Amino acid sequence: MWAILSILVENKPGILFKVTHLFRSRNFNIDSISVGVTQNPEFSKMTITTIGDEKQIEQIVKQLDKMIDTIEVKRLDDKKTVFRELSLFRVKVSKPSDSMEINNIANSFGAKVHDARRDSIMVALTATPEQINNLQELLAPYEILDIARTGVAALQRGGD
Amino acid sequence: MEKISGARSLIKALEKQGVKEIFGLPGGANLPMYDELYKSNIRHILVRHEQSAAHMADGFGRVSRRAGVCFATSGPGATNIVTGLATANADSSPMVAITGQVPTAMIGRDAFQESDIIGIANPVVKYSFQPTKATDVPEVVKKGFYIAETGRPGAVLIDIPKDVQTNEAEIPFPEEVKIRGYHPWTDPDIVAIEKAIKLLLSSTKPVILAGGGVIISSAFAELQSLAEMLMIPVVSTFKGKGAFPENHTLSLGPIGMHGHAEANKIMSEADCVLAIGTRFSDRSVGRFDEFEKNLKIIHLDVDPAEIGKNQTTSVAIVGDVKASLRIFVKLLMQKAFKKTEENEWLKHVTEVKQYWRDNLKLHPGELTAAKILRKLREVMPAQSIVTTEVGQHQMWASLFYDVISPGTFFSSTGLGTMGWGFPAAIGAKAARPDLPVVDIAGDGSFNMTENSLATSVLDNLPVIVFLVNNYTLGMVAQWQRTFYDRRMIGVDQKQCPDYCKLAESYGAQGIRVGDLNELGQAIKAGLKSNVATVIDIPIDPEEDVLPFVAPGTSLKDMILPS
Repeated sequence: MWAILSILVENKPGILFKVTHLFRSRNFNIDSISVGVTQNPEFSKMTITTIGDEKQIEQIVKQLDKMIDTIEVKRLDDKKTVFRELSLFRVKVSKPSDSMEINNIANSFGAKVHDARRDSIMVALTATPEQINNLQELLAPYEILDIARTGVAALQRGGD
Repeated sequence: MEKISGARSLIKALEKQGVKEIFGLPGGANLPMYDELYKSNIRHILVRHEQSAAHMADGFGRVSRRAGVCFATSGPGATNIVTGLATANADSSPMVAITGQVPTAMIGRDAFQESDIIGIANPVVKYSFQPTKATDVPEVVKKGFYIAETGRPGAVLIDIPKDVQTNEAEIPFPEEVKIRGYHPWTDPDIVAIEKAIKLLLSSTKPVILAGGGVIISSAFAELQSLAEMLMIPVVSTFKGKGAFPENHTLSLGPIGMHGHAEANKIMSEADCVLAIGTRFSDRSVGRFDEFEKNLKIIHLDVDPAEIGKNQTTSVAIVGDVKASLRIFVKLLMQKAFKKTEENEWLKHVTEVKQYWRDNLKLHPGELTAAKILRKLREVMPAQSIVTTEVGQHQMWASLFYDVISPGTFFSSTGLGTMGWGFPAAIGAKAARPDLPVVDIAGDGSFNMTENSLATSVLDNLPVIVFLVNNYTLGMVAQWQRTFYDRRMIGVDQKQCPDYCKLAESYGAQGIRVGDLNELGQAIKAGLKSNVATVIDIPIDPEEDVLPFVAPGTSLKDMILPS
């Protein structure tokens, strides 16, 4: 089971270490992680996605909640949540027709093309992890030279 | 406002917390705080190794229920206390460790005696602080004690760079502290308690499992009232040993790997358990999946993260154990409830208990574990404080030393730290100088921190070391005999040292005994002595701890004495 956790923490040095260490020491898995300061500079928000069964995820939430530096821990319902990840792919261009095909694939995903060169193209996509995985699958035959993904950032929709 | 140094503010803050004793060892990076301690009325108890300072603070904390305090310098001084921090934290013992650190400008430069103790200790403390300004010190101390002593108690580390100790400033002393992400108090959950009562009353084979949380919250009277009102038998975890008087008719003693046969048997047969202040350690309940099979679990604990961690619960009650048990009792009183002793389950429990107590096969010989520990119980006053080391002697204490006065038995049950018991006994004596303190020890464990004899003698903290001596690492030897086809390696301690001479060399008293009569006299001599007394009791190295639940099996699969 995939879960999105939104964790409001004190914006102090060492907190990211403590949170990630909790996952390590409790034998939990971090699927992706992103951190940024909130509108209140005293707090940071971490979004962690993780995989586990219901009991494990419940235990992760409890252990995170128990940490003294966490202000609030929420497990987000992915149906009521906007969640996005930024991904960058540098894809090899082997022959002239590749450029157009890669561009077409990028356009069909709403991705943007950056840094187009004779031998490679960089594609940027902000989307759900699943959409990014789909794009990656389609770009793979051209040879992906390099990849960078940010991890998920998530916010619950208004009114929920 | 007068300007004072960070070190001065530290000692003042400790005085304001009511600290009377500090266990420690000075070094370069904590000399400013020692220099201020020189001017204070706080008693400094000098250790010979920082690990012992931490264990003494731990022992002090478990007995007094106030955080014990230890000091260590930076680098190796700080890393030497890590075992003590982990031990205290694993057993939810309140403790504040204060370490010196290299000056802030040197941090991260691999300076002499620098260690990232905050990073090293993070997994084994409840919380840690490293103030970077002298003005932060009193607030950090206040918060540290608050975190260490409240909710589920634990170990707190305060690491103070040397320049933060020496810098002078106008330093405020907060009266109150607020920690946004820390809410240790939970109101007792009355609805859940009502559900629990209903479940307990509808079950036919209920058992109460008392954990260390009962001792931490001193909920002895409440537990006893509840057990007696419902006439439910009480088993304990090993950490909960002595949460309920072990000479009570409803008491069956500890369950678990080395639990009492009758306790394991009854626990395996129960249909409902009220588990109080326990984390369901694998050493207590055996295989997790087997334990919860056919059993309805009511789990009461102050730590919400413990609910459902190791066992699936039918009713979860999050809250302070004492406050919650009071509500249990109050609700039962409103029902004017008092169960009679006439029920089939209790009759069966009594029979099982009697059967095992009458038929437990014991090791033959004069000085056997059962005989010597029963002798200790016979001679020691009921209120005596007991600590143990870790190993066979610890489990024999579980089996054969009945705790009569609740909350007087302490052991390293979570981390299982050899060398804990003796320094912890010294810490316990500092907390309660009016009570006799005995460390039930094995030679392997005692060997690890025996240099605390110097502290015991010179700082006038006399305790009895009841040395169950088989000149071997007994528990490892037992496992090698049982599971490794007697391939004995690394366990023979070859009758070295001579513990009586060792004790005497420190100015303590050493008595070797050859029979039970001598043992009784030695214990009496220890009780009267104003220095530590090491009673060396040679036993058969082949004696096993039985019954025994092998790792990875369930409580019903006990290995019994043949």
